[in-house]
Amino acid sequence: MLDLIISTLTQGFIYALLSFGVYITYKILDFPDLTVDGSFPLGAAVTAVLLVKGVNPFLSLLVSLLVGALAGFVTGFIHVRLKVRDLLSGIITMTALFSINLQIAGSNLSIAREIDTVFTSPVTMSVFGSMSLILRKLIVSAIIMIVCKVLLDLYFKTKNGFLLRAVGDNSVLVTSLSKDKGRIKIIGLVISNALVALSGAVACQEQRSFSATMGTGQIVFGLAAVIIGTTLFRRVSFIKGTTAVIFGSVIYKACIQIAISLGLPANLLKLITAVLFLLILVLGNFQKGSVKKNVRA
Amino acid sequence: MLELKHISKIYNPGLVTEMCLFDDFNFTVNDGEFVSVIGSNGSGKTSMLNIICGSIPVNAGEVLINGKCVNKKKDFERYAYIGRVYQNPSMGNCPNMTILENMSLADNKGKPFGLSFALNKKRYDFYREQLASLGLGLEDKLHVKMGSLSGGQRQAVSLIMATLTPIDFLILDEHTAALDPKTAEIIMELTDKVVKQKKLTAVMVTHNLRYAVEYGTRLVMMDRGNIILDKAGEDKKNTSIDDILEIFNKISIECGN
Repeated sequence: MLDLIISTLTQGFIYALLSFGVYITYKILDFPDLTVDGSFPLGAAVTAVLLVKGVNPFLSLLVSLLVGALAGFVTGFIHVRLKVRDLLSGIITMTALFSINLQIAGSNLSIAREIDTVFTSPVTMSVFGSMSLILRKLIVSAIIMIVCKVLLDLYFKTKNGFLLRAVGDNSVLVTSLSKDKGRIKIIGLVISNALVALSGAVACQEQRSFSATMGTGQIVFGLAAVIIGTTLFRRVSFIKGTTAVIFGSVIYKACIQIAISLGLPANLLKLITAVLFLLILVLGNFQKGSVKKNVRA
Repeated sequence: MLELKHISKIYNPGLVTEMCLFDDFNFTVNDGEFVSVIGSNGSGKTSMLNIICGSIPVNAGEVLINGKCVNKKKDFERYAYIGRVYQNPSMGNCPNMTILENMSLADNKGKPFGLSFALNKKRYDFYREQLASLGLGLEDKLHVKMGSLSGGQRQAVSLIMATLTPIDFLILDEHTAALDPKTAEIIMELTDKVVKQKKLTAVMVTHNLRYAVEYGTRLVMMDRGNIILDKAGEDKKNTSIDDILEIFNKISIECGN
C-alpha cells in the first residue's frame, strides 16, 4: 500500500512537469496547445534512443528538453508567422511529431536493465544509494520537478516573464509597449514544450520503455491537472500557480490510480481519464454557480 | 512632427463592397499641438488613428513620424514613439496583474525585457507619486489587481501608463466614451493636465463636441475622409459649440439623414 502511494506521488511529480507546460499555454498564454500529445513522446523517444546508445542519462534529459523546445518553436512559428489558428498549429505539429517519433525510436523501445537511468546512475547512487529504488525514484523526480518549479517561478518575476503574462492577459498592451506579441507567444510555447518533453523523458526513464502511443491524451491530463489545481486553490492567493498545478497533478494521478485499484481494466485508462476530466469541469462549473447564488442571497 | 501625405485607403478593393475612404488625404500635427478630431460615424477618424499606428495598411501615400517614413514599420515598432489610450478602459492594462505590475511593465517601455527582475523597489515612490497625481487614491492600492478597479480608475491608470515613459505622440481614441459623464469629465481634466505637464503632442478623437471645443489647441472636423474644418489658436478659441453643431447638422442633411 505504501509502495502504491509512493509510486503515485512519483507519477504525480513527473507529470507535474507536463502540467507546468500546459499551465503556461492554457492558463497564461490562453493558447490551446495540442503539441503536447506529440512533444511528450518526443522527449521520451529522444531519451530512450540516447540511453540505448550509452549517453549519460542526465545529458539525455537535457537533449530531450531542447528537442521539445524546438517542437514548441515549430508550433509557435506556424501560428505566429504563418498565421494559422492556434488549435490547428498544435494539431499540425502533433501529427507531424507522431511520424517523427516513429522515425526516432520505432513503435516500441525498451531500455535494458543494465543501462543506467537518472534513478540508477552512479551520481544518484552516491547520494541516495542507501534507499530502495522506489523511494529513490520519488526523491529524484521530486528534485527535478522542484528545480523546474523554482526556475519557472523566478522566470515569472522577470521582465520577460511579465511580458509573457501580459500577452495572455491583454495582448494589445504588449503591442503598446512596442514589443512583438508574436515573439513572446513563441517564447511561451518553447518553454512549455521543453517542459513537456522533459516530462516525457523522465517518464520514459522511470518506466524504462518508450511507446509511440504514450502521448495520446496527455493534453487532457495536463489540462485536468491545471484545472483541478487552480480551481482548488482559487481562493488562496498566496499559493503560486505552479504549486497548485503540482497538487492538481498528484490528485489526478491518485484518482486514476484509485480507479485502477478498484479493478477497472487498464484498457479503459483513457476512458477514465476523459470521464474524470469531464467530472472536474462539470463540478467546477457547479461550484461557480453555487457561489453566484450565495452572492445573490 | 506627424505627417500623413497623400494617403489613399480603399476597403475591400475589387469587391462589390469596395469603399474608398481616403483619397489623397493630408494631415499634419506639429510638435506641441493638442488636436481634437470630431466627425460623424464613418468619417474616418478611427481609420486615421489606425493608419498612424500601423494597425491597418494604406493603399498609397506616406506616414511620416519626425520626418521619417514609417510605412514599412509594423505597429509594435511604431509604438516606440506613440502612447495610446483606447476607448475600452480594459485595453490599456492587464486585468489579472496588480497596479504595481502594470506600472512596472509600462515603466520598462523602450528598454529590453530581459531576465532581470521586473519589480524594482526603488521605483515604487515614483509610481505612487504618478498615481497620486490622479487624485483617485490609487497610490495606496499598488497591490490590487487591475481588473477589480472601476472603468474610470482603469482608464486613469491607462493614461498614466501610456505617458509614463517619454513618447512623441499621445493618441486618445474616444477615451472618455465608455465612461459615465462625471468620470469622463475627471478623465478629460486629467488628460489635459498630463498633456500640459509632460508637454505632449496629442491627437484626440472624440464625439463630445464640448470637450473638442474646450480642450486642446486645434480643432479638426472630418467628413467622409476629408477634413472640412481646421481651426487653431485664437480662431479655435472663438468657436462655440453652436457653430460646430451647425456644420454638423449641415453635413448630416447632405448625407440625407
